[in-house]
Formats: sequence, C-alpha cells, structure tokens
Amino acid sequence: MTQTTTERYRVKPIRQSRREWPFPLNLYQTAVGRKWVMALTGIGLLGFVLIHMIGNLHVYEGPAKMHEYAESLRNLGSGILPRSLILWLLRLGLMVMFALHLHSAITLKEMSRKSSLNASFQGGEKKYEGGREYIAANYASRTMRWTGPIIALFLFYHLADLTWGWWLGDDFVPGDPYHNLYSSLSRIPVAIFYVVANMALAWHIFHGAWSMFQSLGINNPKYNHLRKGFAASFAGLILLGNLSFPIMTQANLIDEDERLCQVNDLASNDEILACLTKQLEDH
Amino acid sequence: MSETITVNLKIWRQEGPNTKGSFEKYTQQITTEASFLEMIDLLNEELNNQGLEPVAIESDCREGICGTCGVMINGQAHGPRKATTTCQLHMREFSDGDEIVIEPFRAVSFPVIRDLVVDRSPFDQIIESGGYISVNTGAASDANLTPVPKEAADQAFDAAACIGCGACVAACPNSAAQLFTSAKLAHMASLPQGQAERWKRTESMVGTMEEFFGSCTNHGECHEACPKEINLDFIAFMNRDYMKAKVKNRALSGQR
Repeated sequence: MTQTTTERYRVKPIRQSRREWPFPLNLYQTAVGRKWVMALTGIGLLGFVLIHMIGNLHVYEGPAKMHEYAESLRNLGSGILPRSLILWLLRLGLMVMFALHLHSAITLKEMSRKSSLNASFQGGEKKYEGGREYIAANYASRTMRWTGPIIALFLFYHLADLTWGWWLGDDFVPGDPYHNLYSSLSRIPVAIFYVVANMALAWHIFHGAWSMFQSLGINNPKYNHLRKGFAASFAGLILLGNLSFPIMTQANLIDEDERLCQVNDLASNDEILACLTKQLEDH
Repeated sequence: MSETITVNLKIWRQEGPNTKGSFEKYTQQITTEASFLEMIDLLNEELNNQGLEPVAIESDCREGICGTCGVMINGQAHGPRKATTTCQLHMREFSDGDEIVIEPFRAVSFPVIRDLVVDRSPFDQIIESGGYISVNTGAASDANLTPVPKEAADQAFDAAACIGCGACVAACPNSAAQLFTSAKLAHMASLPQGQAERWKRTESMVGTMEEFFGSCTNHGECHEACPKEINLDFIAFMNRDYMKAKVKNRALSGQR
C-alpha cells in the first residue's frame, strides 16, 4: 500500500495567485481585502439607511415640511457648488458602494462554494449526512445571500416607485414626496412588500453590523460585548422607523384629507410645488 | 457505572482518493467506558476476523493534543461534546440504540485518502509559507531576557493551543481556514520574538490560505467546533494585521 515517490505529494490549490495589481487595487484581489471592502461599503450603506430613515420622519410633519426636506437635499452645498451637485455625488458614491458590496459578496460566495464542492449541498449550503446542527451561526448569518437579493430587488422597485414614478403614472408629482409616498403605500400589496423588504433589511443589518467589526479587525475585549448589542439596536431602530411608514399609511395616520395643497387633475406640478413653498413661508 | 450499549454505525467507506465512496452500516456492542476510537478499534477487529477491510481512521496520541483524529460525528466535528477531540470522546455520550453517522471532514482542499482519513497537508503549506522567526539557536538564552507582558504571553499561549486538526474548516459552511491561520499568526505576532517577520508572514500565510480555502462570513461555527476553543478574536486580529501588512512601509518597521 505504501507508495514511495521522489516528488512530494501536494494537494493542488483551488485558486492560483495572479499577478498583483498596483496598490491599493491589490487589496481587492484577496478575500480578506474584499471582506474589508464589504465592511467599509457596508458602513457607508448603513449610514445612508440611517439618514434616509431619519429624513423620512419629516413625513409626520406634513406635506410642506416633507417638501422642504426634499429641497434641502437638492440644495446641499448650493452656496458654493451648483445646485444638486452634492446630491448627485452622494448618489454616485452610493451606487459605487452598492456595486462593490454586491460584487465582493458574489465572488466571495463563489470562492467558498468552490472550496466545499466535495461536500453534499442542500439549498446551497454545505451539508453532512449526519445532519448539520448549527450552533453559533444564526439564521441571519446564514440567510445573508437571500436577504441581500431581496434588498436589491426592493431597492430597484423603491427607486422606480418613488424616484422615477413608473407605477404611479399621472398620480406621480415630482417634488411632492408626501403625496407620492401616500399614493404608493396606501395600496395594500405595496405596503406588504415594503414591510417584508424592510424586515429583510433589518435581518441583513443584524448580521452585517456585527460582522463588519470582525472583518475590519475592530476587536478589543474591552468593548467586544457591545458589538452585538450595537448591531441589534441599529437593526431594530431601522426596522422601527421604516416599518412605521407603510403601517401608519395603512392606519390612515399619514393621509391627505387635511392637505392644504390638494393634488388633483386641475393642479399642475408647478402649482402644487408653488403652493407648498407658499405654505412654508406662511408658517 | 459501566453499561453495555448497542449503537448503529453509519460509516463513510471510500477505497481511495479517486473512487466514489458510500455509507456502510454496522452494529456494534460497546461498553460506555470505551472511548470513541476504542469502539472503532473493536469494530475493526471484528471486520478483520471476518476477512473484511477495516475502517481507516487516523489517530496518534489519543490524549487530545496531536490533532490527528478528527472526524465528523453526527454532523459535528469531533462529536457532540464541547472542547473535546474525537479520541477524548467517550461512548457514555451516546445511548442504547443511537445511530451514529461517521464521515470524514469535508472541504475540497481536504481530499479523502481513504474512508475517514483526509489529507490535511494544505495546513502544512500555510505553515511553510510562514517561514521562520528570528530566534537565535545555540545555548538557551537567559530566562526573562526578553520581557513579555503577561497578557501578551497568555494570548500567544491561547493561540498556540491550536492542534491543527481541521475541525474549523470542516465545520465552516464556507470551508474557510481563518481560525487555524489566525491562531498560528497570533501565536507568533503576540510575542516580541515574532515581530521582525510579522508583516511578511501575515501576508504570505493569508495568501496561501486563500489558495486553498473559502472566505469567512463570521458565522462562528469554527469556534464551536474547535476542540481547543480557539477564539474568533484571532480572526479579527488577522484581518487587521493583514491590512496593516499590505499598507505598511516595512523599511520603518525597525522603529518603535
């Protein structure tokens, strides 16, 4: 049985290391570097999600204040730079972060799949015949690759719905987010979709906001116990804020009954916006 | 309190690296005092007497420090008992009539050699790529010549407890070897003696690891499977050191 070979037997690598790109692009060639990218873009996206949620709370102050908030985003830095420039730069940054987050997630998953091919698989997960009882891995960490695509799909729907107004048609009033939000979320299927998608988002954040500390090596026995609590409260905060919009709309706490600037067939967009601006000034 | 129980074994049998394997069923009577490996020994003796091929399983020290004997027992690396290697697992963990599924550690870079024996040499390659540390040979230096803070020594010792059994890779849904590699790195990087080659070592060991294994998603299954309870903190330590290694101007690393 014993085989003698002159050459030392070696297991063949799964990946060959390629020629290194110039710094800092070489970081993206390695899996650990890509986890850094995932964590850093994750932080950026967390920041966006938080500010987006807080900003949207203006909806509880009525159509005029909501309009003012939307305008203030377009006016960011407009004292120095052309109007909307900062907003577009932020949007560009978000798009790049989102693309990088997605690309590194997909490629890292593929790398893990390739390293487990000789195990049996169930639903894309490495399995053992004797059953695989997960002890530490929680449901959130194992469903990142499902909650992720749900969020991506939702993001597309959300932009098409409230930024481009694809589905609201003539009912879509650019510059009057209160009206658009109400028109969209007062439809029950849409409200349900928003609830589901935001639960997926919170689920995703629950693992991601903890995992990023590990990926970035932010680890110190002094504060390690705070990290999971931070992730849970961040996810909870986002969930609470974002779920309030569809639920409050369905509960008729966000409605258009007492609106001063009525949206109807007679009023053009410009008239509605002028009315909202006037209402702010009167205040 | 010894009693005799009957267990139904379902064991992975595979002739060689390139043949297809399958599960075979066996029934074994065993005293609860026996260790898991003794149970397999008795089974093999019976198989031998019947002229059948015994089950190939690796073991060496049988006292839980060599890291040779890892197998998956009922889907858990080294079996159900926490912080215990397969050889230190005893049959008292099981009850009469239990079905025990025994299969090899799974990962593409851990190819099966025969039955339950896998080739873990990629771990050796990770270690090899780490190179050397600058410790003088010759007569032992004076004790306490190099001061080491107690906490640093403790951490290095915790990391050094890794026996390289491969349970972390086996338990990982991604087949990532982060826990092993980070323990080996932290073992050296925590001590003053390991500083001179720290950055080079980190870069090349992580590089070799990534040639063979998957990518960590911070599930934490490796820590639960680890017979030595190596901490996840070492993985964070490695991630941080790796980024530093990539960014650092090493010409200045002689400075404090």
